[in-house]
Amino acid sequence: MSQLLEVSGVSVSFDGFKALNNLSFSIRNRELRAVIGPNGAGKTTFMDVVTGKTKPDEGRVLWGEPPISLLGKSESTIAMAGVGRKFQRPTVFEDQTVEANLMMALRKPRSPFAVLFFKPSAEDRDRVAEMAETIGLAQALTRKSGELSHGQKQWLEIGMLLAQDPQLLLVDEPAAGMTTAEREKTTDLLREAAKTRAVVVVEHDMEFVRRLGCKVTVLHEGSVLAEGSIDHVTKNENVIEVYLGR
Amino acid sequence: MARLLLILTLLIASLPAAAQQADAPIQQLLQEHAGQLAKPSRTKVAPTIDAIAGSGLPEAQTVLRKWQDKELWQNTETGLFIWAEEIDRDTIRGFDFAGDTALGELPDDAFEQSKPNSGVRKMIGAALVKFQLTAEDVATRRTAIDNIERDAEASHLAPLREAIETETSPTLKARAERLERLLTIRFGETEEERIAAIEGFQGDLGVDLRGALNPLVTTRLEAAEVTPDGPEVARVLKPGSEALPREDAYDLLVSEGIAKPRISRADKAAALVANIDGEAVAGIQVATLDTEDARDMAYAKLAEQGTVDPVATEPEIDETLGEYAFYEVFTGAPPAVALAAMDALNGIETRVAVNQAADLALDAISLGSIYFLAAIGLAITFGVMGVINMAHGEFIMMGAYTGFVVQQIIPDQTLSVILAIPLAFAVTFAAGVAMERLVIRWLYHRPLETLLATFGISIALQQIAKNIFGTQARPLTAPGWLDGSLVFNDIVSISYIRIAIFVLALLFLALFLLVMNRTRLGLEVRAVTQNPRMAASMGINPDRINMLTFGFGSGIAGIAGVAIGLYAKVTSEMGADYIVQSFMTVVVGGVGNIWGTLLGATLVGSLQKGIEWLNPSNTLAAQTYMILFIILFIQFRPRGIIALKGRAAEA
Amino acid sequence: MTDSTLSGASPRQPLVLRFPAILIFMACLALFTVGVTILSEGFGIGLISTSFVKTLGKTLCLCLVALAMDLVWGYCGILSLGHMAFFGLGGYAIGMWLMYERTRLIVVESMSAQALPPTPEQISDGIASQIFGVVGASEFPPIWAVAHSLPLQLAAVVLVPGLLALVFGWFAFRSRVTGVYLSILTQAMTLALALYLFQNDSGLRGNNGLSGLQNLPGLGNVPQSVVSVWFLWASALALALGFWLATWVVSGKFGSVLRGIRDDEARVRFLGYPVESYKLFVFTLSAVIAGIAGALYYPQAGIINPAELAPIASIYLAVWVAIGGRGRLYGAVIGAAFVSLLSTWFTGGQAPDIVLGNWRIQWVDWWTVLLGVSFVAVTLFAPKGIGGLFDLLADRLTPNRHGADLGPDQGALREKEASE
Repeated sequence: MSQLLEVSGVSVSFDGFKALNNLSFSIRNRELRAVIGPNGAGKTTFMDVVTGKTKPDEGRVLWGEPPISLLGKSESTIAMAGVGRKFQRPTVFEDQTVEANLMMALRKPRSPFAVLFFKPSAEDRDRVAEMAETIGLAQALTRKSGELSHGQKQWLEIGMLLAQDPQLLLVDEPAAGMTTAEREKTTDLLREAAKTRAVVVVEHDMEFVRRLGCKVTVLHEGSVLAEGSIDHVTKNENVIEVYLGR
Repeated sequence: MARLLLILTLLIASLPAAAQQADAPIQQLLQEHAGQLAKPSRTKVAPTIDAIAGSGLPEAQTVLRKWQDKELWQNTETGLFIWAEEIDRDTIRGFDFAGDTALGELPDDAFEQSKPNSGVRKMIGAALVKFQLTAEDVATRRTAIDNIERDAEASHLAPLREAIETETSPTLKARAERLERLLTIRFGETEEERIAAIEGFQGDLGVDLRGALNPLVTTRLEAAEVTPDGPEVARVLKPGSEALPREDAYDLLVSEGIAKPRISRADKAAALVANIDGEAVAGIQVATLDTEDARDMAYAKLAEQGTVDPVATEPEIDETLGEYAFYEVFTGAPPAVALAAMDALNGIETRVAVNQAADLALDAISLGSIYFLAAIGLAITFGVMGVINMAHGEFIMMGAYTGFVVQQIIPDQTLSVILAIPLAFAVTFAAGVAMERLVIRWLYHRPLETLLATFGISIALQQIAKNIFGTQARPLTAPGWLDGSLVFNDIVSISYIRIAIFVLALLFLALFLLVMNRTRLGLEVRAVTQNPRMAASMGINPDRINMLTFGFGSGIAGIAGVAIGLYAKVTSEMGADYIVQSFMTVVVGGVGNIWGTLLGATLVGSLQKGIEWLNPSNTLAAQTYMILFIILFIQFRPRGIIALKGRAAEA
Repeated sequence: MTDSTLSGASPRQPLVLRFPAILIFMACLALFTVGVTILSEGFGIGLISTSFVKTLGKTLCLCLVALAMDLVWGYCGILSLGHMAFFGLGGYAIGMWLMYERTRLIVVESMSAQALPPTPEQISDGIASQIFGVVGASEFPPIWAVAHSLPLQLAAVVLVPGLLALVFGWFAFRSRVTGVYLSILTQAMTLALALYLFQNDSGLRGNNGLSGLQNLPGLGNVPQSVVSVWFLWASALALALGFWLATWVVSGKFGSVLRGIRDDEARVRFLGYPVESYKLFVFTLSAVIAGIAGALYYPQAGIINPAELAPIASIYLAVWVAIGGRGRLYGAVIGAAFVSLLSTWFTGGQAPDIVLGNWRIQWVDWWTVLLGVSFVAVTLFAPKGIGGLFDLLADRLTPNRHGADLGPDQGALREKEASE
């Protein structure tokens, strides 16, 4: 089966510091993947490169079938091509209602004029309601998202990503700051999402990764250190060494 | 009786004349040339002048000078020559050439005045120049050279050449030699000689040289059916080009009688009005004459009737112009010399341009240092703390007014400026700290609101200054030893005050680097900039550091105010004049880097001067284009010349 | 007047029903306009002087440009410090026609006494020397090519500010200049434009500006007291239309996206929205509204000169919007009306002096100081401005469970801090 996203030989350096060093990574459609690694391993930079925020010094980023290069494309073009990204910190639009947040994320034409004359159809409303149901915010549709709890905001953001209907979801530390119950729900959401699309989860927390039960890629100093099941990588001596003391 | 008296007087008066030394060598020489001396003629006088000038007699110079001044008289009886001043219509006061002895008052009936015409007087003058040039007295020789430099003539060339050989003073000799070459350019006999002299001046920028060369390349506009194919044609012109407007070309043809005259619209209308006959002109209704074409037709009809002179219509003008070629011919010198002169002038122009560029560079550097001074405080608050201080310009103004107040109290200018600098720092430091404590502290991480709040402060401070000091510009006088300029040559110079500002800018650069890199405060500032939380947890008080940094930045603005006040006028709006440029400097240079600010100031300064040079009449346009350039510049380097990259850039 | 304009958009309910503020606003505006008309010298009982009617009309135009400013700043987070450039350009565009046409009438009139009927060239030369004699020129600069045509100059009122905003915005947004950098850049833009116009050979009469704009060509017999009421109505209509248009733009999904850009530009980008196009759209729309406001303002002011485009004017505009309360359209209108009328009152010498012992505070001198200080106070203590008072009345307090600070400038920083 062909790859959905193929990153090969990508290097990025900031003032001489190599954030990514000849990184290669690929993911198939409908695959759940966890990316772990210590601080400074290049996890966030990797997501920046894929989503177009950072331009790599060298390397290729190929997307979809037939493969097209994502390099040089703007963030919004890449997002519309089907790459969704969730930030570490919940970034929802706090000044706006949950409904407005979801409506904005809904996969619809994004050009200013299309949006200016946009009128939500009954179908759009149903989709938003459905999405709110999925993330457990059906009762909170008219509340301002700033009033939500931290966990609810995280879910809202995941919901927005799902509403965007991407083929690839990049999720940065979704479980940070969550209670155990919230984590479990998050795990479920992500596993559910991975049934219809590829999901990449970046996480520190080994327990959370273990619960996801998927293939794991370990990043270290900007390149892949190990790849395989969670049990496989945790036995890898290099990985143990890198994580020693943590 | 009267007649007797007159004779008696004459006798008595002529008595001393007898005492004239008739056998003195000079008198003998004069007698040899008596004919030409008494009635000089331009064509035959030359040997006489040469003989007198070449006699080597001490009196020769006096003779020539008196002769030139029309003060040479010949006794009609004895034929002896004396020189004399006229006292009134009838009497003169005579002197003998030999020994310059006074002969007393003489009746002028007995003497015949020699009246050389202007041509002869010139020849005598040339001979005299030789005397002056070879005079014993250095001052006389210098005066002679001065005179020739001021008002040279062809005849000066030969005596000058002779004088150079005997000249003993090295400076005078150098001047004379240069003068000789300049005169050769102007009056040399052969073309080769003149061209050689022109080429000998390679690399010279002197105004005198340009003065000598310019008349050689004068041209005259001529028209002919075919352009002559000779070396005298300087260039061919097209009518209707910038060098030769269509009207001028046509007027030349008219003045040479080749073409019919043309008439202006106003004259044409006047001619028509003058010939209005009832409701019509030449049978055409006046009411229909509301286009130029209709008026042309009416005028043509009048011309047919013979009422007015025929004039050329526009198509005729075009046709005539098409038949003639217009060209300029050299009139100032033979073509070969003119071409050589033109080459030399072009060379001079190039070198003048190079020197002007050097002068411009100096100007740019001094403007750059002013911007640097104005921007450095801003670079600290904006770059290091991320705080936009729109009241920065008003801190500059406060510093300048502090200087003004100090000068009111202490009249000694040197002392007052020396005192004003620390005082301005203190005042603006305090103002900066107060502003940081009262306003900015509450707005960290809200840059747009900081910008607005500081704007409010800026508006208020400006108006307060206006209320206190009034709207008129206040002088801040620089100490006397800063007056004047350092002059390198005719073109390149820089005033001392600008040099002082430049030095001050360098001092601040050094001070800034010293404080940031070598002191505890600098270390703490850098720590707080990079990571305030970490710095706080290591025992640094970020509040205190922010306050001091802000005060430091503001204090420097105050000192910059004193410097700017010395160079420009102190007004309540002076800050506003510099704030945009200061921001441009910081933005262009790159935030958070003092070298960037330095580069930015240099770039903004040179840019402004460069554009002013391209368009010297219009400094407003220069600023406009500079801002446009900067807007474009930011397109390509949004983070400035020296950009922080990577993670640090996002902080 | 207002009802017919509102039938445009109705996703579920008409816009007016979803935003009752429109109705309230329109009602207040209509009441105000009718009231002023009744009290005016031209149409009513003459309680309000003509010059004050003009002041009120001008104030309405300032409200309109404040509305435009709020659209870019309050909703899209672009603090433009150059918006008065667009306002001024609109004024210049209409001023060129007013001045040309009026001068033409005068020239034709004066030439009719001549023996020969004037030719078009004579008339054109006569107008040119009348208009440009003051800057030592006697020929029409190229930019006056269409000054003879009212429709074309009216088009210029919209097109010139719109094109400038489009070109400037395209450059600025494309290179992702944001926050204070963008503000300074916009300030530089208006400064450059003002400096350019100050030149005598700018083609717009240098620092003399265009004058005599209060005289409508061909309507010389209509007294100013009547013209002033006409302009009051025109300004009120423009403000009403502008308010309705702005409400429509910021309502619905477009408004959501705009506010999203204001609060977290990067996030909107990752949602797939072309942020630059949105900014460009709003910036240009806002510039066009500002241009129209300027075209209505300057015939009432009578004169326009380059000083009107100086950066300080745009800063005052920001001050009005901030004091009124940005991010809400009526806030901008209230702020502009309140501050500019107060300013007229204080600087007009009507405010009583305050005597403090030997000191005598004359408001003509001290009003700007008060404005500056109160501006600082508003920024510090009442960031929502006057509009915030309505929240207190309506008891609509904002959620107090804010996470980290949001905003176009701090989003990225906070995100980064969180990752460290």
